[in-house]
Amino acid sequence: MSKNILIIGATSAIARATARIYAQAGGNNLFLVARNKVQLDRNCADLQVRGAASVHTETLDLNQFEQHGPLIDKVFDVMGRVDIVLIAHGTLPDQNECAADVEKTLAELNTNAISIISLLTHLANRMEQQRFGTIAVISSVAGDRGRQSNYIYGAAKGMVSVFMQGLRNRLFKSGVNVLTIKPGFVDTPMTKEFDKGLLWVKPDAIARGIIKAINKRKGEVYLPGFWALIMFIIRSIPEMIFKRLSL
Amino acid sequence: MSNQLISGWGRYPVVDAEIAVPARFENIDLTALNSIARGMGRSYGDSALATQIISTQQLDNLIAFNGQSGELRCAGGTTLEEILKVFVPRGWFLSVTPGTKFVSVGGAIASDVHGKNHHKIGSFCDHVTSIELLIGSGEMVSCSPQQNSDLFRATCGGMGLTGIIVSATIKLLPIQSTTIRQQTLKAANLKEVFQLFEANRSATYSVAWIDCLASGNALGRSLLYLGEHDESGTLDMQSGHSKSIPFDMPTTLLNRFTIQAFNTLYYHKVCETVSQQQVHYEPYFYPLDSIHHWNRLYGRRGFLQYQFVLPKTAGLEGMTKILQRISASKKGSFLAVLKELGAQNKNLLSFPIEGYTLALDFKWEPDLLQLLNELDQIVLEYGGRIYLTKDARMSEATFKQSYPSWEQFMEIRHKYGATEHFNSLQSERLGL
Ligand SMILES: Cc1cc2nc3c(=O)[nH]c(=O)nc-3n(C[C@H](O)[C@H](O)[C@H](O)COP(=O)(O)OP(=O)(O)OC[C@H]3O[C@@H](n4cnc5c(N)ncnc54)[C@H](O)[C@@H]3O)c2cc1C
Ligand SMILES: NC(=O)c1ccc[n+]([C@@H]2O[C@H](COP(=O)([O-])OP(=O)(O)OC[C@H]3O[C@@H](n4cnc5c(N)ncnc54)[C@H](OP(=O)(O)O)[C@@H]3O)[C@@H](O)[C@H]2O)c1
Repeated sequence: MSKNILIIGATSAIARATARIYAQAGGNNLFLVARNKVQLDRNCADLQVRGAASVHTETLDLNQFEQHGPLIDKVFDVMGRVDIVLIAHGTLPDQNECAADVEKTLAELNTNAISIISLLTHLANRMEQQRFGTIAVISSVAGDRGRQSNYIYGAAKGMVSVFMQGLRNRLFKSGVNVLTIKPGFVDTPMTKEFDKGLLWVKPDAIARGIIKAINKRKGEVYLPGFWALIMFIIRSIPEMIFKRLSL
Repeated sequence: MSNQLISGWGRYPVVDAEIAVPARFENIDLTALNSIARGMGRSYGDSALATQIISTQQLDNLIAFNGQSGELRCAGGTTLEEILKVFVPRGWFLSVTPGTKFVSVGGAIASDVHGKNHHKIGSFCDHVTSIELLIGSGEMVSCSPQQNSDLFRATCGGMGLTGIIVSATIKLLPIQSTTIRQQTLKAANLKEVFQLFEANRSATYSVAWIDCLASGNALGRSLLYLGEHDESGTLDMQSGHSKSIPFDMPTTLLNRFTIQAFNTLYYHKVCETVSQQQVHYEPYFYPLDSIHHWNRLYGRRGFLQYQFVLPKTAGLEGMTKILQRISASKKGSFLAVLKELGAQNKNLLSFPIEGYTLALDFKWEPDLLQLLNELDQIVLEYGGRIYLTKDARMSEATFKQSYPSWEQFMEIRHKYGATEHFNSLQSERLGL
């Protein structure tokens, strides 16, 4: 059955890989939001060639919170109903820069947490009225526990994850599924400076995991799955010990 | 950007390179670089190696498709695998495909790759209608057989030495099903297989596997595979799991006896002199793609693939001489593929000339280079040449003697500001 899919932060490597699978399945309608128009247009053409029934685009810097309301209104005007929402935008800040600069810290929290909560607030009300569909957001394993090497990013993702827990609880009775996606290490432009070892996966593997979790109406998913175990262990370490580790 | 040890598919040689993986081509700053483009790294030697490498892996978007003409415009990093995944279910196939689908469109153009149908429809670039190239000055230039045709003729088969292929338009081939009607013919020796190639010139696809270790009367003993796209059947993609070679194999596993045993078994697997099968295109075109990292079979030190072509006139005599030399060297080749090539095209450095081409793998050994130098001499003597995309060691003199258009190529490189910006270990070795 044909689906209407909204993807916010559509130029992200993970979002792009996910959109491709939905396009290739044939018959789906996509609405893409991102800030880089050239790249957005490129993605739009790509998805059309791959078999999407229709692709709409909207160029927006997602830190313009006042535009979120009009954006979501436009999405529902154009598509009528929305079956799946995927929110994927984000940045990976330099922790040392953040530690030295309050402005930078607040800006990163805006991009990685506040903008998402703003979007979700508008979306949740529409989805609650609609009484079906899935809201999926890419959070991160980094949000499960704060570590000295990236606790601003971690704090933002943690905020998103907790917000999503509450939203899941609220929207359950309306039949709307709320999915928190927690990827581990993914080889994307965001992580291009990192040396890649065994734990790293390609965006396509994450994309397949996201779609599977959406289809199964899961509430939370670690991708790849083994991160559930790693994070269980990390969360279980007593704070007395954890605070001494160089993580 | 990160530094990393990297090699071609043959895993020889290895270089420490700085690799940029731009997410969009606007991010490529060429002015500061002396680098080479790299697609999927399926060239065997050093043509995609340099100390600064620009990977096209993320430049893989499809741009437009014309369902009437079958023309697909896509970014240079798009893989043939991806094209098949999207278009086979809609009834389109690649006009020309090499023996692996894990190559990029940019790489296929830069090597002007050939398939099992070269004798019928030429090479990959004969089905390319236009190219967008990022040249040394940072400008984008379009080229085609009609527009900036000098640049087109140098870029097709030009081993990345004219610029970065940002996008290209290629013509796909309509198919009715994913089934290939395969016919297998047994040839007792080289003479017989040449005769079979001649007699089956009208077949769409043809390729032979030679047992290089057979000698005497059986020299050149082979199986010839002919193929036609079937009109009936479905457009289903093959499902099935791929295997992977997880680590370098101890090289002692691959020796003269194991290879001889393998080749003998392989040859006798087919009993009748002529047999028919219906097979999916996957095993027909890409028999090795289901085993990831099969290059690890040759161990840590890697291997070299030697592929040459001899003109028709030299045919039987030259090929016999080379096979005898290989057979006498007792250096095994796991894969030896013989193919008839059709007429040469206008691209300056494209490999195919009308004749027969043979490709063999050799495990890396200290005395291997000497054997290959000897083979080079026989190839030159008969007016043949060596395939650049497989090469890691031929000399500048051998190259310049066998690719007479190299000077014209250099002029075009200069004209479009490529000389200071695009260089590989191979181009430096060959004096390009
Ligand atoms: C199992 C196997 C079977 C094969 N069978 C065949 C066959 O049947 N016929 C045949 O002809 N070849 C065959 N090949 C060789 C292969 O098709 C070529 O080497 C091809 O060029 C590899 O493409 P790539 O994307 O991996 O390119 P790479 O190996 O990454 O690069 C190869 C060359 O292309 C250039 N290049 C790559 N991308 C670009 C770009 N965007 N712009 C400009 N230059 C670029 C590089 O600079 C380099 O010179 C085979 C290889 C393997 C491993
Ligand atoms: N890669 C990993 O290892 C990993 C691990 C766990 C979680 N994640 C999460 O996965 C999600 C996708 O990231 P990715 O790995 O696919 O990286 P990516 O390709 O770099 O994607 C991030 C995207 O966010 C967009 N973006 C950032 N700020 C924006 C803003 N203000 N307005 C609009 N768009 C903005 C970027 O747009 P531009 O292209 O215009 O800059 C970019 O397309 C992110 O939420 C990330 O935190 C990633």
